Amino acid sequence: MNAYVGTPTSRVDGRAKVTGAAKYAGEFPADGLVHGFIVEATIPRGRIARLDTSAALKVNGVLDVLTHANRPPLAGNDEAWKDEVAPEKGSPFRPLYDDTIKFSGQPIALVVAEDWETAKFAATLVRVEYKPSSFATDLEGERSSAAEMDKPLKPRGNAAAALARAAVRHEADYVIPTEHHNPMELFATTAVWDGGGKLTVYDKTQGVQNVHKFLCAVFGKKPDDIRVVSPYVGGAFGSGLRPQHQVVLATLAALALKRSVRVVLTRQQMYGLGYRPMTIERVGLGAKSDGTLDAVTHEAIAITSRYEDFARNDTGWAEQLYKSPNSRFSHKLVHLDVATPCDMRAPGAASGVCALECAMDELAVALKLDPIELRLNCYSDRDQSENLPYTSKQLRECYARGAEAFGWSRRNPAPRSMHDNHELVGWGMATGVWEALQMPVAVRIALTSNGHAEVSCAASDIGTGTYTVVAQVAADALGLPIENISVRLADSTLPQAPVEGGSWMAASSAHAVLAAAEEVRKELLSLAGKMPGSPLANAELADTVLIDGNIAGISDHSRAVSIADAMRHGNIERIAKEKLNHFDEDKKHARNTHSAVFAEVKIDEQLGVIRVTRIVSAVAAGRILNTKTGRSQIMGGVVWGIGMALHEETVMDHRFGRIMNANIAEYHIPVNADVHDIDVIFVDEPDAHINKLGVKGLGEIGIVGVPAAIANAVYHATGKRIRRFPITLDKLLG
Amino acid sequence: MAEAAHQIAERIPINLVVNGVGRTLNLVPWTTLLDALRDHLALTGTKKGCDHGQCGACTVLVDGRRVNSCLTLAVMMDGAEVTTVEGLASDGTLHPLQQAFIDQDAFQCGYCTSGQICSAAGLLAEGHARDAGEIRELMSGNLCRCGAYPNIVAAIQQAMGRP
Amino acid sequence: MNNFQYSRATDVTDAIRLLAANPGARLIAGGTNLIDLMKENVERPSRLIDISRLPLRKFEETADGGLRIGALVPNSDLAYHPLIEQRYPLLASAILAGASAQLRNMASVGGNLMQRTRCAYFYDTATPCNKRNPGSGCSALDGLNRNHAILGTSASCIATNPSDMSVALAALNALVHIAGPAGERVIALTDFHRLPGDAPHVDTNLGAGEIITAIELPSRGFAQNYSYLKIRDRLSYAFALISVAAALDLNGNAIREARLALGGVAHKPWRSLEAEAALRGKAATPDHFSHAADLLLQGATARAHNGFKIELARRAIVRTLTQAADATPQSQSHKKIA
Repeated sequence: MNAYVGTPTSRVDGRAKVTGAAKYAGEFPADGLVHGFIVEATIPRGRIARLDTSAALKVNGVLDVLTHANRPPLAGNDEAWKDEVAPEKGSPFRPLYDDTIKFSGQPIALVVAEDWETAKFAATLVRVEYKPSSFATDLEGERSSAAEMDKPLKPRGNAAAALARAAVRHEADYVIPTEHHNPMELFATTAVWDGGGKLTVYDKTQGVQNVHKFLCAVFGKKPDDIRVVSPYVGGAFGSGLRPQHQVVLATLAALALKRSVRVVLTRQQMYGLGYRPMTIERVGLGAKSDGTLDAVTHEAIAITSRYEDFARNDTGWAEQLYKSPNSRFSHKLVHLDVATPCDMRAPGAASGVCALECAMDELAVALKLDPIELRLNCYSDRDQSENLPYTSKQLRECYARGAEAFGWSRRNPAPRSMHDNHELVGWGMATGVWEALQMPVAVRIALTSNGHAEVSCAASDIGTGTYTVVAQVAADALGLPIENISVRLADSTLPQAPVEGGSWMAASSAHAVLAAAEEVRKELLSLAGKMPGSPLANAELADTVLIDGNIAGISDHSRAVSIADAMRHGNIERIAKEKLNHFDEDKKHARNTHSAVFAEVKIDEQLGVIRVTRIVSAVAAGRILNTKTGRSQIMGGVVWGIGMALHEETVMDHRFGRIMNANIAEYHIPVNADVHDIDVIFVDEPDAHINKLGVKGLGEIGIVGVPAAIANAVYHATGKRIRRFPITLDKLLG
Repeated sequence: MAEAAHQIAERIPINLVVNGVGRTLNLVPWTTLLDALRDHLALTGTKKGCDHGQCGACTVLVDGRRVNSCLTLAVMMDGAEVTTVEGLASDGTLHPLQQAFIDQDAFQCGYCTSGQICSAAGLLAEGHARDAGEIRELMSGNLCRCGAYPNIVAAIQQAMGRP
Repeated sequence: MNNFQYSRATDVTDAIRLLAANPGARLIAGGTNLIDLMKENVERPSRLIDISRLPLRKFEETADGGLRIGALVPNSDLAYHPLIEQRYPLLASAILAGASAQLRNMASVGGNLMQRTRCAYFYDTATPCNKRNPGSGCSALDGLNRNHAILGTSASCIATNPSDMSVALAALNALVHIAGPAGERVIALTDFHRLPGDAPHVDTNLGAGEIITAIELPSRGFAQNYSYLKIRDRLSYAFALISVAAALDLNGNAIREARLALGGVAHKPWRSLEAEAALRGKAATPDHFSHAADLLLQGATARAHNGFKIELARRAIVRTLTQAADATPQSQSHKKIA
């Protein structure tokens, strides 16, 4: 038992990915496939006065140009357009619905041609005249119009009074810019016309069933008319949670032309999708002279569009991390003429905890305390907002193990005190926190008598390792070598799964595998028990286990019947069982993952050049299903944190309401040369409450805290506190 | 029709040797090598990540040198030998770089992987990278948004025979 | 991309003939910049004339001890050529600071000289830009201009030239060999690129119908005391905010001759003969370097977001000259700036 779970198993989809065999959404062939290219609005607000497609239609090979004026029917009610992760409040954007322009980069026409290059060329010939309206895209310029969300976190005590009387007080604004996910794969959909109005839609998405339900609602289709498939997803990080423009337009065109259509967004067009919203994070911390917290206030002012209220929890995280008798949180939105933001890796926390952890560092400096000591002074064993203990919380151990691995005890606390020749050296740290969520997921296991099993589920693997952890858990639960397990994912016809996001898929899918495997075992026991002279004749299900190709007694594996024999005797070739996961309802615990992040920077102060030379991330996230892919996920989160700290910023010219670095040459993400030593430590965190396996999830926690740790290291190196991210070199020169 | 149709430039015959196999294509001059591989030869292992030479996902070897196929017109490559990720394994045995990428978990989503591996093959052939710092610098034309860089460096070192 | 015709030139004469016969035609070699701009609909040539197979890939030693390099030599071949590594390591260093290994394998020497600005407004056809659309206005002047020029600007354009290679070539007094309908001519690299003035759509002094056939490096390579320093927003694969090419001829600690060129600051690689003259005969000290920086940056002007470049350039000049004087080994790999 337990042969694969917890081990560094290599990805089961590795061979497909290193040989180029893995097919992504825009790579599925279809007979008579034609290509759509999107024409975008170049103004942020107004109406289309005239849209002249005549020149485009004259191009040889162009089949049609779809616009709001000639498109097939689309649903006219918001409910149809609200996918499972759409904001509660608002009216989702509907591509090609009418003549209204809501943001620059909005799709306004789709040119369909025999080949992609022709469609792209003809798209340049579409002439658009606008009736522009006045617009606003600048959060800071419109800050005064910020309106409170209607569901703020409960305040505790009187934070304003406590802050006012604090012995030591720190209050500051931290500014996180808009950031774009920029997964490497371009958003793409291949809508394959199956005849009779039926479609197979290969889509880049984090949730095939979400897209399926959405398409059925938007196009008035029956569930059997549309199948959505997405076996490989070239990164998404939240950008593929909601159905995106290309899947609507490819489906629209396929239905209009009764042909298979592919639509691939350009990199530039992907800047018309969702993004991490710019936020101004105002944090106030009040401390008593003994170095404990007395007040925490955190207000976030964030961008959203005029048509939807997108908001995430930026501000509540201190409730989970730091004991304080008084707290107050608020989240305000500014409505601008931009596309609606969306979830992006650790939404809310990446920004909010960045501000909180920079503020904690500033408070530690003001209190003349080591930043870890301050955090231990106000370490909270309970989630204060709900006043609940945690299922497990080994954050203390993260601080200890991380500090030891990093060599924190050798840190001279004085800014500008550490050098490496002419470079200033800075050591900073921060805490990370995320939720440990679990969602309903069902899995089907089809076991054949030759000892092979197919495990299937609609869940996606966006690079997170779902294929691999599902195979590991199934191999262990079925007692088979992992080579005998094949995993099928991301097909809307497979057993139910929500979107892959929020770090919930590993725990959720693993427990669905366990549930389905138990059903398989039940069936096998029933077969084995009926065999003449069966050693398992009277065995209870709970007393059996699947191991080494047998069903066996849990305490005596020699009391065994081989799977093959049991099935042969029962005269069946295949046992197929589908089961929904089940988690005991537990309202008595809070569920979170935690981390302690340590960063070393070396700074050439004269030139402002910053190098992140070392990161240690000590993570407490329950049981780690796969230490190899798990380490990679944390490492990836750390690289994102480096980008957030030093590089990433979507830059808009507010005169035009246009993003001016809508590419990946000028929107900087870290390159190989920017990334040096990353040490990932998984702190032992047994968790008997959260779920059977004690699994929490790793997708988000890796980024949280990293930008703050780096910013705090920059302060330690230089004595300069940069509160406006990213920390580009010009900000250090002054 | 009142006006004549807008005629696209004539197709031009192009010969390529792709992964050791001679291929003849008739392409409009605006077709890039990347689109020729993906759309006309069904070799979708080579990826389009930006189409502007900013990400390296489209990296292939042309006459043994790594190039961005998205900024290469196929018509200009007439007569060239092109190696894509599909051409690296031989008889079912993975190229040492491919195996090393699996061993070191040097990818997550897999989308930049073909370009990383072809780029690494070019890097090994060039022979200018002797240590991790040089590998990092000379692999900086291949973006990985999943952030697998340290593992990519480890994989290349494994393939170089250095522990 | 727009709908263009394709021709393959058989030799230089043929290329010149094709250019003359096809208004709106453009030459293509490596294609790394032109194809990018065509995909953005910034460049819309009626015809591409493929010169990539012309016999312009030679390295030839010149009679006066210099080196003549064919215009189609790929950037990487130039950077790693033993003669360049030994005699003109400043050039090798600058080239390896630019782009990526893949792009350097593709890009030609001549194409590198012809690469166009990275100004975001030049690239975005939905915004005014005098360089892309003469007379439409300059969006950068009062827009996002963090990356923009501080020297030699005009009221029409504040774009910069993005080349690293050209900065080193400027410092090395390289020559550009050109062939055209009127025959062959040679101009100094420093005269090849233009300042924007009131015609920013014209990047260079290459005449209509002309083709670059070679660059020529004079014999003096400053192989002992040189440095190329590039400052950018990430540690590799990004365009320069500031770059400095410095070369010194030292007699002990005394400067016999100094060369100084900057990238990222102007519409062309920026040389200051005045600054160089001020260094001549002086000791190689930070004070003198600083004075030279002041001279070079005389008249530097900033817009709303690029003011930091003036101070950064000053510091980078001092550092680069110091590195050159100290014969600091050059490395793109080890990101600690010496």
